[in-house]
Amino acid sequence: MQTETMTVNLGPQHPATHGVLRVVLELDGEVVIKCTPEVGYLHTGIEKTAEAKLYYKVIPMTDRMDYLAPMSNNLGYCLAVEKLLGVEAPPKAQWARVLLTEITRLNSHLVWLGTHALDIGAMSMLLYVFREREDLLTIYEAVSGQRMMSTYFRIGGLTDDLPSDFEPMVRKVIRTFPVRFDEYENILTNNRIWRNRTVGVGVISKEEAIKSGITGPILRAAGVKHDLRKVRPYSSYEKFDFDIPTQEASDCFARYQVRLEEMRQSLRIIQQAIDGMPEGRYLARVPGVVRPTKEEALFQMEAMIYHFKLVTEGFHPPKGEVYVTIESPKGELGYYIVSDGGTMPYRMRVRPPSFVNISALSKLVVGRLLADVIACIGSVDIVLGEVDR
Amino acid sequence: MGLEEKIPDGIILATAEKVVNWARKRSTWPFGFGLACCAIEMMSSFGPKYDLSRFGMEVMRASPRQADLMIVAGRVSNKMAPVLKRLYDQMPNPKWVISMGACASCGGIFNNYAILQGVDKIVPVDIYVPGCPPRPEQLIDGIVKLQKLIDQEKLKGDSRQSA
Amino acid sequence: MSNITRERVTAQFGDKILATTEHFGELAFVVDKSTIVPLARFLRDDTALKYVHLSDITATDWPEREKRFEVIYHLYSYDLTEYVRFKVHVADKESVPTLTGEWDTANWLEREVFDLFGIPFDGHPDLRRILLWDEFEGHPLRKDYPLTYETPQFTYNKDQPPEVIK
Repeated sequence: MQTETMTVNLGPQHPATHGVLRVVLELDGEVVIKCTPEVGYLHTGIEKTAEAKLYYKVIPMTDRMDYLAPMSNNLGYCLAVEKLLGVEAPPKAQWARVLLTEITRLNSHLVWLGTHALDIGAMSMLLYVFREREDLLTIYEAVSGQRMMSTYFRIGGLTDDLPSDFEPMVRKVIRTFPVRFDEYENILTNNRIWRNRTVGVGVISKEEAIKSGITGPILRAAGVKHDLRKVRPYSSYEKFDFDIPTQEASDCFARYQVRLEEMRQSLRIIQQAIDGMPEGRYLARVPGVVRPTKEEALFQMEAMIYHFKLVTEGFHPPKGEVYVTIESPKGELGYYIVSDGGTMPYRMRVRPPSFVNISALSKLVVGRLLADVIACIGSVDIVLGEVDR
Repeated sequence: MGLEEKIPDGIILATAEKVVNWARKRSTWPFGFGLACCAIEMMSSFGPKYDLSRFGMEVMRASPRQADLMIVAGRVSNKMAPVLKRLYDQMPNPKWVISMGACASCGGIFNNYAILQGVDKIVPVDIYVPGCPPRPEQLIDGIVKLQKLIDQEKLKGDSRQSA
Repeated sequence: MSNITRERVTAQFGDKILATTEHFGELAFVVDKSTIVPLARFLRDDTALKYVHLSDITATDWPEREKRFEVIYHLYSYDLTEYVRFKVHVADKESVPTLTGEWDTANWLEREVFDLFGIPFDGHPDLRRILLWDEFEGHPLRKDYPLTYETPQFTYNKDQPPEVIK
């Protein structure tokens, strides 16, 4: 009997590809024999545009890469430039950064859970997570004035002080979310359909995962206990007590378990951060490099001059190059910045975790059914804005 | 008052145009062209807090053949532009386009080689929703404005209806 | 911590390391392009180093230099929890040996460098454009590529006459 394979084109406009990913699948019946992801449909040219912007003007563009985790992107960029400049944010800013990046992690994982569940048939999850997400977006809006693209972190600290109603909002999240997570578990964890669709699907071995450069929750679901927040702490993460959840099964279900547990750990970090939030300045005091606060700029002449110089000319970091990585919700997010001594980055390179993770998609799906491709794409947790930049 | 008094109860007279427009504006099926950040806010507006189904809009279609409103949510890259045009062409008439967000409307903060400077270069846009990304209220406002626009459509003589 | 990397690499490769720098606590080697693959293998397989994770491959463009491109590799060791960087300088149209045999990550990362800088990689199994479309002209991250140049819009039905609206 002669058989022919069939080529199926999934995307770039498909509800289950989380944006504009295109996957070209070669099928034998319903079994995938070859899988070629095609990216670039959201290529934004951020790396090129950054070369023509002053250092602090790049921050809004980093928001728009991984738009589910804007503050993690801000943090990575700010840390890289701060390393270049030798500036350290004051304790209050560092703790607020930790708190808000953990809220960002919740935000990202919640949307992941909703869309992933929607893709494989549990539609009501999407409505639940968007209910919870509104609580987080309220916090974003309170601190920065924007619901999604916060641009709240600045080089050397924060844009503005935390608002007075910040603490009750965070306390509400800490109080309500554990119950909500239990609700999700009630819906999904022992749900027979959910288990059938995820257990044993998209398995990748530990060695293969490392060889493919996979980072983040997928790597932890493969049994590698590695988290940059623990092993290379940045922004005072070493002062917080939290666990790194791992699983051994390395399938879609294990990734679901890891992410759900990460959300609980994030709540723990948020609790510690809000309890021990230090007092003091929210911006470092480094004249000529870090923008003075609004009050200083209005009432002190030198601060006014520095403010004026900064917004018109910018600052000149020393020549050199830095590579700073942080643990974003998707994995290892790296910023490689080259300075030639000018006021704009000579080169800004983003090491996108989703880009590398999705490049290993074919290892997850080859030999499995077409329907599993959807589950696998969902479990990788990609954001195309970051894949394509 | 003339004819209305003569006809039995339960019958209302109206022009066909009004009835068709009334039906169309209350059951517009959007084709969620989610591209980037705005897509998430679009999902928020379909979510529990903002609940777009109050306006008869919650039936998101994944196929252009079943939709009559394209919400372009997010930046359109030059690589995506032909795809968008093709999908727009596949939508049955009458069809409308909402350009959601600064990037879809004019390129937004990305004025470079990769991004199409406004989706209206390739498809006709009826409503522009500003914002980066727009709040769900803004999108809902845009949709309500679009419904008013649909209400004033002409059945005959409009290029949108023919073809 | 990075001292051990420095010592072992210098002991192993000696003169082949053209320069060693340590800025901001980040260790970097400059090597010749024939040394890339052996160096990467050594860093990955050496039992004391184990830089098993290829974090990133990227490039920078310095048009005024004789060899205008720098290709930059970042490796990470889960045991040392350290990054190491090594670079190679190449001229325009000069190719660089691929690392796809060592890491699967290199496949897409090298394609991206090829796409945006136009640096070819020797031995790469699937060297195509990745972020931009195939007909795109030029390599946008080169310094001489204009930022706001807008490519002509596609007209996929250009050959058809325009639709006449009655």
